[in-house]
Amino acid sequence: MEKLIFETGSEGRNGCSLPKLDVPDAAESSFIPGNLLRRKEALLPEVSELDCIRHFTRLSRLNYSVDTNFYPLGSCTMKYNPRINEKIASLPQFSALHPYQPESSVQGMLKLLYDTEQMLCRICGMDAFTLQPAAGAHGELTGMLIARAYHVSKGDPRKKVLIPDSAHGTNPASAALCGYEVVTVKSGPDGRIDIGALKDAAGQDVAVMMLTNPNTLGLFEKDIKKIADIIHGSGALLYLDGANMNALAGVSRPGDMGFDICHVNLHKTFSTPHGGGGPGSGPVGVKAALADYLPAPRIKIKRNKFTLDSDCKKSIGKVKAFYGNIGVVIKAYCYIRSLGGEGLRDAAFEAVLNANYLKAKLRGNYTPAFDGEPCMHEFVLTGKDKKPMGVRTLDIAKRLLDYGYYAPTIYFPLIVEEAIMIEPTETESKQTLDAFADVMIKITGEAASDPSLVTSAPHTTPVRRLDEVAAARELNLRWKKTGA
Amino acid sequence: MADTGKLLFAKTHEWLRVEGNIGYVGITDHAQKEITDVVFVELPKVGKEVSKEGEAAVVESVKAAFSIYAPVSGRVIKANDAVEKDPSIVNKSPYDDGWFFAIEMKDPEETASLMSLKDYEEFIKSGAH
Repeated sequence: MEKLIFETGSEGRNGCSLPKLDVPDAAESSFIPGNLLRRKEALLPEVSELDCIRHFTRLSRLNYSVDTNFYPLGSCTMKYNPRINEKIASLPQFSALHPYQPESSVQGMLKLLYDTEQMLCRICGMDAFTLQPAAGAHGELTGMLIARAYHVSKGDPRKKVLIPDSAHGTNPASAALCGYEVVTVKSGPDGRIDIGALKDAAGQDVAVMMLTNPNTLGLFEKDIKKIADIIHGSGALLYLDGANMNALAGVSRPGDMGFDICHVNLHKTFSTPHGGGGPGSGPVGVKAALADYLPAPRIKIKRNKFTLDSDCKKSIGKVKAFYGNIGVVIKAYCYIRSLGGEGLRDAAFEAVLNANYLKAKLRGNYTPAFDGEPCMHEFVLTGKDKKPMGVRTLDIAKRLLDYGYYAPTIYFPLIVEEAIMIEPTETESKQTLDAFADVMIKITGEAASDPSLVTSAPHTTPVRRLDEVAAARELNLRWKKTGA
Repeated sequence: MADTGKLLFAKTHEWLRVEGNIGYVGITDHAQKEITDVVFVELPKVGKEVSKEGEAAVVESVKAAFSIYAPVSGRVIKANDAVEKDPSIVNKSPYDDGWFFAIEMKDPEETASLMSLKDYEEFIKSGAH
């Protein structure tokens, strides 16, 4: 395993020779107040330029990404990030802009942001969008703040938020952070909202229902109109967690289903880099009745010029510095423009087709948690039938690493025992899906014939099975110089 | 060693040990095995009012975080700090040292809806959880 850069090199070694001082030398204490001077030497790495290059090059080779291998991480939409979009976003006409430039000198940038909002409105069936939120969960919090502002303005600040038991963990966290009490709505035997349970939970004190559609089991909420009617009938708002928009973009619109607020993840559905390639972007869209509550500033057209309008009296205020992660928005804009409406629709169709193909390949060796109908863009398997062999879902995930695959999402959603959640996305070929399915099937064979091979995996990675218990109980994130 | 035959069980995998009007609460052996190694426990504050089937504590394992529901309503009178300090006790001794909190029960009648050990074992076997 690669050592930390602090553990390499040698005292006094460095990567650059500075020119001779051409000003009089002076002690730091003569121009920096004593209380701001550090008392101990800074423990900086002491390496040559070559040491440094080798260290980071070796680290980069250990990196696993969608650029190197298949990444079937359920609910994360790890699709290919087209290079052309990176190239366009890095053009100096975009990257060299300064957020404090006069508006008159950034009209093109503002037009791109404005047009992106308009395109997202059309894709989602919403009336207004903000690009400020920096990620999906940030979008959720923004949505909850908008809902709260709406209910408060009507003199009816409600207390509860309804969330299905299959929801992403961020949903209850966002609602709780906004001061709401979270009420869990149980799923029915078909993996969808139980309408009876929803009717029992709905009421005058419910502010919002947060829903993911298709849900985290990869199933479309077929009763969505009925759900929307029940929620709206009680005076509450319906929020879409748009994490799974990759199944819907260009096909079906949340606004038409009855959602009042939604977020989309540009780093999922709209192909911008995700995770370590980040940052993210979680724009939030609303119906017209909620538009005034969107975060300020908003991009408006005044006298034929684009302008950032901060005169928004009902707004929940700013949720991010400037206007969000602009670089991400530029890439998503390019993606939407290059695919167009038909291209987005085809991407959704192929994402769904790939998921169903893979699910069908694995059936027989793995048990789908919900079967008997096609899935949407992802599906969930249960590993409970492997338990008698002493092999758990975690072991299967670890064994996949040996074969060069990123592990799928595991132990989520919580309502499926030993869950394995797989989302292949539309950018994978049939050959990739076949190769992955072959390995998954091979692992079931190993679990039966040689379970210890699976339970002690991974065997080929730079780091073997991690002691997750020790990592959680004795968290140690800081390197300390020995003897210091 | 607790006499598990005397404990009462909730569908959400908590156990209740009744001593007079005090009820001790923890999670079952089945639950600790399912969630695997516990790494964090958040207990209710002493004095907190909890309601039957309402969230009362949180337990986090290497798998995920889970809510612990109060099997009966009442006021929390004791919390077992030991499991917060060393969460592995929940795995090692779910029915004894690994108890979570104690409730001064509001309504002893509420225990009627809880299961006996035999019924709980049947319930687990049925796979309805």
